[in-house]
Amino acid sequence: MTHRGDRSLRVGALARVEGEGAMRVRVDQGRVADVALEIYEPPRFFEALLRGRRYTEPPDITARICGICPVAYQMSACQAIEDACGVTVDGRVADLRRLLYCGEWIESHTLHIYLLHAPDFLGYPGVVEMARDHRAVVERGLALKKTGNAIMSLLGGRAIHPVNVRVGGFYRVPTRAELRDLVEPLRRARDAALATVEWVAGFEYPDFHHDHELLALVEPGRYAIERGTPTTDRGLAFAVAAFDEYVIEEQVPHSTALHARLNGRGGYLTGPTARYALNRRWLSPLARQAADAAGLGADCRNPFRSIVVRAVEVVYAVDEALRLIDSYEPPAAPAVDVPPRAGVGCGATEAPRGTLFHRYVLDADGTVTSARIVPPTSQNQASIEADLRRFVGDRLHLDDHALTHQCEQAIRNYDPCISCATHFLDLTVQRT
Amino acid sequence: MIVIGVGNSYRRDDGVGPYVVERLRERGVPDEVLAVSDGETTELIDLWDGEDLAVVVDAVRAAPTHPGRIHHLAVADPPAERCRAAHGLDLGEAVELARVLGRLPRRLALYTVEATDIDYGVGLTPAVIEAAGRLTDEIAHLVQASASADTG
Repeated sequence: MTHRGDRSLRVGALARVEGEGAMRVRVDQGRVADVALEIYEPPRFFEALLRGRRYTEPPDITARICGICPVAYQMSACQAIEDACGVTVDGRVADLRRLLYCGEWIESHTLHIYLLHAPDFLGYPGVVEMARDHRAVVERGLALKKTGNAIMSLLGGRAIHPVNVRVGGFYRVPTRAELRDLVEPLRRARDAALATVEWVAGFEYPDFHHDHELLALVEPGRYAIERGTPTTDRGLAFAVAAFDEYVIEEQVPHSTALHARLNGRGGYLTGPTARYALNRRWLSPLARQAADAAGLGADCRNPFRSIVVRAVEVVYAVDEALRLIDSYEPPAAPAVDVPPRAGVGCGATEAPRGTLFHRYVLDADGTVTSARIVPPTSQNQASIEADLRRFVGDRLHLDDHALTHQCEQAIRNYDPCISCATHFLDLTVQRT
Repeated sequence: MIVIGVGNSYRRDDGVGPYVVERLRERGVPDEVLAVSDGETTELIDLWDGEDLAVVVDAVRAAPTHPGRIHHLAVADPPAERCRAAHGLDLGEAVELARVLGRLPRRLALYTVEATDIDYGVGLTPAVIEAAGRLTDEIAHLVQASASADTG
């Protein structure tokens, strides 16, 4: 028998997220009994197909995991392999890696802010409908995104799935003149990025806060992007090499993505809001000023306001790109020589969606014998479910249509990348 | 005028767009009329914005499939059935967004070729090569007509 207070919602295929997944909510006699993010995108077995490949191949192979954050995969892979081979890449080549990564942050964050997430706040089904009323705003977003693409194209060889990255550095490095061509577009992008912060800061945000432990890389002296030490806002810090000991991944029946938790501590959240909480002091003055003006404060625990944090990070990435270009001198060689050796290597970088960990075991001739990849979305999945459970609980008075819409918006707060996490989204609310 | 070949040459038949662009280049169609794109929304809009005529060539999958069958769509009827694009917009949405932003070319012709093999690797399947040949002839005529309209 069913009760009047029982209902079930199901979002069959989540839109405006990357990859394929669903959300199922079961309400039992007026109480939320179960919330599950069902990731049904097939498992992709990247870790298995890396076995037996040359140590030079993971940057190109893992870049294909995601069309929106390929640089993150390339950078974490390079760092891990270089670690296994006992080589450190720093100086001018490392600066170019950071510049390439800034391009990806600008491109990925702007895509999410303008094309995927803003329509939720302004009440449009998508960017096409939003553009009918906010044409100049959408034009601004497209121009900003294009600047990120331009950095990716110049340094990476092309805007999606860059081909110019290799273990040790790059195949070809740009001339000063080539980088100078980016300066004017980046200066315009800086104005657009500041206007973006102001724009999203004016949205209406539901009163909703979480209490998750926040994990991000920290690199004292600058906002962590392409390297750093995994650190939480509750005082935990550990070496990248110890990631396996501190982050435990588990299978759950309803998802092809693994769920992660901190060993002995529980679920946590990685991504822009975690990065901001732990790295705020190292934002550029302009980015910090924009964050202050937007009312962000020391940290941001309202997942809906993550769009503001992304906008601040775009200001930072543009600023940082201009700084790196201004000080650029071409390195003596485009890449550092990385001879193979038997060993284990770990790498972690800040993908737009959060910390991305890679670990490789190499044999003496450089063959990959084992690979492990922990993407941000699988780390966040348990915390997203916990937030949704509370979020739904407070909104059971809404009809299924309205509740489903709000749940979808809530999920997009985390900018989940299902393709990355699969090893993910449709919404079902079942009220029984 | 611009001819845009959309696709990935390393995924077999998905490379039909870039393949047609290369055949047009061999026939002496000037570089400034030709472009290859991965289909990214903003890039497409930038490429066709302000053009009198834009021709887009892309691969498509259909069920049931007729490998090599060519579909010709005018901008007035963008495809209703869309594939879900990863973290972005698909070609239909790119067209709609460009329309809203007033950044469509005066005429937009979309040719799609039904693909059969989109596995890893280079080279098209025979049916798609044959279709690409016919499509190259047709687009070459469009380029010629456009050039004579410009000079006439």
